[in-house]
Amino acid sequence: MSADVELQNISINFGDFYAAKDVSVMIKKGEFFSFLGPSGCGKTTILRTISGFLEPSQGQVLIGGANMSGIGPNKRPTSLIFQNLALFPLMSVADNISFSLEVRGHSKADRRARAEELLGLVALEGQGDKKVHELSGGQRQRVAIARALAIEPEVLLLDEPLSALDLKLRQKMRSELRAIQKRVGITFIYITHDQGEALTMSDRVAVMNEGRIEQVDTCQAVYEQPKTPFVASFVGENNPFSGEVTACNDSRVEVLCDGNKFVAEISGNDRQDAQKLAVGQKIILFVRPESISIKNNRSKTQNSFSAQLDSIEFEGHLQNLFLTTASGNKVRLSVPNAEEIDHLTAGQTMNLAFSAQKAVVLPEGNLAVD
Amino acid sequence: MKNFFAKNGPIISTYFLIAIGFWIIFLIIIPQLYMLDLSFRPNLPPLLRGGEEDVYTLTHYKHFLFGSETSKDAYNYVDLKVFFTTLATAVVITILSLCFCYPIAFYIAKIAEHKTARLMIVSLIVPFWINELLRAFALRILFAGEGVINNALINAGLMDNAINFIGQDVALFTGLTYAYLLLMMFPLYNSLESLDTNQLEAAKDLGSSTLRTHWRVVIPHAKAGIASGSTMVFMLTAGALATPVVLSSPNTFWFTQLIYQWFNMNDNWSRGAAYSVLLLLVSVIFVLLMMKLFRVKVGEIVK
Repeated sequence: MSADVELQNISINFGDFYAAKDVSVMIKKGEFFSFLGPSGCGKTTILRTISGFLEPSQGQVLIGGANMSGIGPNKRPTSLIFQNLALFPLMSVADNISFSLEVRGHSKADRRARAEELLGLVALEGQGDKKVHELSGGQRQRVAIARALAIEPEVLLLDEPLSALDLKLRQKMRSELRAIQKRVGITFIYITHDQGEALTMSDRVAVMNEGRIEQVDTCQAVYEQPKTPFVASFVGENNPFSGEVTACNDSRVEVLCDGNKFVAEISGNDRQDAQKLAVGQKIILFVRPESISIKNNRSKTQNSFSAQLDSIEFEGHLQNLFLTTASGNKVRLSVPNAEEIDHLTAGQTMNLAFSAQKAVVLPEGNLAVD
Repeated sequence: MKNFFAKNGPIISTYFLIAIGFWIIFLIIIPQLYMLDLSFRPNLPPLLRGGEEDVYTLTHYKHFLFGSETSKDAYNYVDLKVFFTTLATAVVITILSLCFCYPIAFYIAKIAEHKTARLMIVSLIVPFWINELLRAFALRILFAGEGVINNALINAGLMDNAINFIGQDVALFTGLTYAYLLLMMFPLYNSLESLDTNQLEAAKDLGSSTLRTHWRVVIPHAKAGIASGSTMVFMLTAGALATPVVLSSPNTFWFTQLIYQWFNMNDNWSRGAAYSVLLLLVSVIFVLLMMKLFRVKVGEIVK
């Protein structure tokens, strides 16, 4: 069984410090939902509130429509996977997995059978008698998942469980987690500061900053149509240009950034937000590194500017070019490795271009700090 | 050995070797060997020592088991009773101490805020600045027939007659449990402190009650600390002298008091030595048996 989770105006404060402020979100039944944000943004606080280890100062958590206030973590239909997994080192793998059943007084045979079944689910058949320390990092990960699933929770909560793994294993576990979620069909709520993790696994993402939710959307929307400067700069790489609006209507905005005139087209989804823009308003224009190209005669893009090349960085499939505009604005652009850029040398001035569809204009606000 | 010198340098290495060597040889091995040797010799006046009569004998050990040759009893019931009562009482004290310390140590290690924890540790340590004998006498003043507790209870009108705390050995149990409290508290605290708090939350999240979490997660983790604390408390309690002298009832005799009597009052050092050796030997065997029973390895205790 799966349940939806609704957070209604959750605020959590420790004295004057607000770890979460007025957080409201509706997480659908069977959804893979991620809270994404930098460390200290309140995402772990939110997870602990859903699991019942923290009572919110204000607001409430509803799971499957039922109000959870005053219900402890051992009585909620949720299971939590800890960042460090918190497997019991002195118990065997099978005992770990069936601990929740032992607690509920299931017979030994019953527990054994369920443990085997879950070991099968996470591809660890026959490993039940091993000790936890005999397993590899990835295997432990799977034991933690199996242990959390043993009581058949309606919601599985995951607190950055992949952060301790190395890159390759992490990527493998991402798809495994996703596959397990599809198989068991319950709601997964995932906490991470790693946008790659959030974007590859989730159905929807909530981007958090300083205790508030900045945007809740599908992964693609969060990436392509960020609603705040924080989201634009936190999710993926982005180039911000500060400036002000010189003209705007329903479908396009013209802005002036350090003497460069840029145009941004507004797609259907963003019309409402665009209406909030007015002539003279301070804005930030964002354009992704992969959306900027080196200008040549064939370029038909509306927006162009020039900048001086500082350095080139090789990143396998991409090469990153770091440039500075005349006004001191740092610009980064990425070109596929196949593209011929050998003739470029540091110090030379380059003409760059990007299309109006790829630019996003947002009212001024805080950027994510690297 | 070469590695040891290479790693620590000549000065530190030599210091370690001399210090540890001195400690082991002069403070442990030589006195204990002397005691062992003495326990097998007859009790002779100084002039006859080393003479013809000074030959190895089991007479003191026989005395412990069968009593003096003039006694009519088959066994030395008096000494045997004192011996086993002492051991049994030490076991009870150890269990009491464990029951008393576990919740406190757990609270300090896992629940209390940093500041509270420090305050609690300090308030545990400070009373132990007062010497053992004084603490025992203080308890005697509390528990005496006309002592603080009895007087308070009678004056409050809660009872008419004084309770004989000392005669009932309440004072002795309290005093002994209190005397070695810290030796249980700190090993326990150390092992509980190293428990990952997430394990407690994980157990709770999986639906476990507090009691079961302790039974299945906390106690197995703290086993080494429990073993280490229990061993120390048991050994020291069985070998305690000052507290039993001050607090035991007239009918209760601690085995160390017996040893003390042979050494000092009866001037029979070799019999005293034999009794000491017996106490040491039986205590060590008992501890090793317990460790085997609870599947604790000696190495774990010092973890």
